[in-house]
Amino acid sequence: MTAATIARTAEARPSAFRRLLRRMPVHLTLGAVLVIWLIPTIGVLINSFRSADAITSSGWWTVLTSPSGLSLDNYSQVLGQEDLGSKFLNSLYITIPATLIPTMLAAFTAYAFAWMKFPGRTWLFLALVALIVIPLQTTFIPIGRMFNNFFGANINGTFLAIWLAHTAYGLPFAIYLLRNFMGSLPREVFEAAAIDGASPVTAFFRLALPMSIPAIASLVIFQFVFVWNDLLVALIFIGPNTDNQPLTQALASLVSSFGSGWQYLAAAGFIAMIVPLVVFLSLQRFFVRGISAGSVKG
Amino acid sequence: MDSRIITALEVVLVVPAVLVGYIWATERLLGLAQGKWRERIRPWLWLTPALVLLTAFLIVPTLQTVWYSFHNKDGTQWRGLDNYSWFLNGPGLASLINNIIWVVFLTLGTIVVGLAVAVLADRVRYESFAKSILFMPMAISGVCAALIWKFMYWYQVPGVPQTGVVNEVLTKTGQAPIPFLIDSDFKIDTFALIFIMIWMWTGFGTVILSASLKSISPELLEAARVDGASEWQVFRKITFPLLSPTIAVVSTTMIITGLKAFDLVYTLTANGSYDTQVIANEMYNQYFNFGQYGRGAAIAVVLLIAIIPVMLFNIRRFQFQEGIR
Repeated sequence: MTAATIARTAEARPSAFRRLLRRMPVHLTLGAVLVIWLIPTIGVLINSFRSADAITSSGWWTVLTSPSGLSLDNYSQVLGQEDLGSKFLNSLYITIPATLIPTMLAAFTAYAFAWMKFPGRTWLFLALVALIVIPLQTTFIPIGRMFNNFFGANINGTFLAIWLAHTAYGLPFAIYLLRNFMGSLPREVFEAAAIDGASPVTAFFRLALPMSIPAIASLVIFQFVFVWNDLLVALIFIGPNTDNQPLTQALASLVSSFGSGWQYLAAAGFIAMIVPLVVFLSLQRFFVRGISAGSVKG
Repeated sequence: MDSRIITALEVVLVVPAVLVGYIWATERLLGLAQGKWRERIRPWLWLTPALVLLTAFLIVPTLQTVWYSFHNKDGTQWRGLDNYSWFLNGPGLASLINNIIWVVFLTLGTIVVGLAVAVLADRVRYESFAKSILFMPMAISGVCAALIWKFMYWYQVPGVPQTGVVNEVLTKTGQAPIPFLIDSDFKIDTFALIFIMIWMWTGFGTVILSASLKSISPELLEAARVDGASEWQVFRKITFPLLSPTIAVVSTTMIITGLKAFDLVYTLTANGSYDTQVIANEMYNQYFNFGQYGRGAAIAVVLLIAIIPVMLFNIRRFQFQEGIR
């Protein structure tokens, strides 16, 4: 180390300390916000390992000073005896098709909007932008009646009903997001493909689709989390049919009743949170992009 | 094996195959057509599946809902504006007021806290960690957030050890515990619910505002500081005005979110008891619990009308973006 650098570090030390002091209000404010944001979840996590008696007689923070009586009983109970395990599967059955189908449909619709010329393209697309924010409530009554007699069968309460509903509700935003992305792909690529004699089908499957993977990933994550977390659409189209209810519906009735089995609530809630949180932590970049773009969806 | 797994598997495999097959089949069919017609017809064939679904599930139902809103409970008799006057004179006013409170405080809360965190986190090394923590509740469902905060707001009568964090803090600082979720004095319960929503959505505001903050040129801010502007003046006169388009975007999102509030109210205050009712919960009640299609439809139309200005704003913004592209 040269004399000059030593002199510089010696000089830097007091000013670095002073800067830390001056920054203290910033750190304290941020720290306080972070604590408020983390404590609620930590509390539920701790309670999910405690017995029913312990949860009702003392706060979860008492565990921090005298850790005792923690166990995985609630989790094994939830997944085993309580039928929340099957509700978890229902959530998967509902969410996976309700994510896959609108994404695929949106992909080629978006391609048509981005790269095919037809009269009324702009107006049609503006109508689509308007549809994104239509409140789902304005569609429930007519769709519910349509499902009462859907090609001769009553499908209210079935997976088919909720798949159809989520597909249609997800489409406007899905098309919007993918069209914007596909529209920004370089024009030369598609022109060159057309000159080489590639049909639009080839250009779509070989060029547009692979190049749009980042947008498709954001969309898949957004739609997956939206459907997984949905309560309202499930309440309307699955309704009281307990065999097909997703986790959110089962949890909502547990929270609001606080009746039998509610000691499993914290554990069940954590199981319901795990899936989207894992998606969030592992695909954070795509996740943030998808949620930020789609946050106004009906 | 569970028959539901088989159905789900079938759907996951068959529907994509059908869709890809559809595109291939239309291209085959187009091969028969003349060159000029081929280019004209193709876009419509590609759009058809989506347009059919959107028409059947969004456009026609919305029109039907407007029609229902002028009819009696099962749509057999014309009732004019009866359902609307019933709503405004009955439960509607209270829920509209609550919705306004939701919209105002939710928007203010997420923007003030979101902006503060975005600006402050910009100056520290753990910025991305802080933003991740704040954004995390966005991944959680309203029901899970309700559950988490039910434990936070938990109330035990005075004298018994408190089990909820907020009431523990109140008790420890010498105040009486408050039953947050059933206390309608000063709308404490509604504000308690709104705070949960702020907790869920602030991360969204932070992430968007922070991205926009980073696009402001540092030279500009530095120049102002060199000229002797204080940090507060720099924020007031430069940063804030430059952020205002982004603030408008976040605001529209929060306005829509506030208008459509449902899950928290449904889960935590028994679908709008204790004076916490909002439009969405009232609509659910009329439609699902009372079978009042006409009244339910009228409430849905009120919600739609409230959202139309935001819809127009979105269209304007989109046209603007297209214009500068």
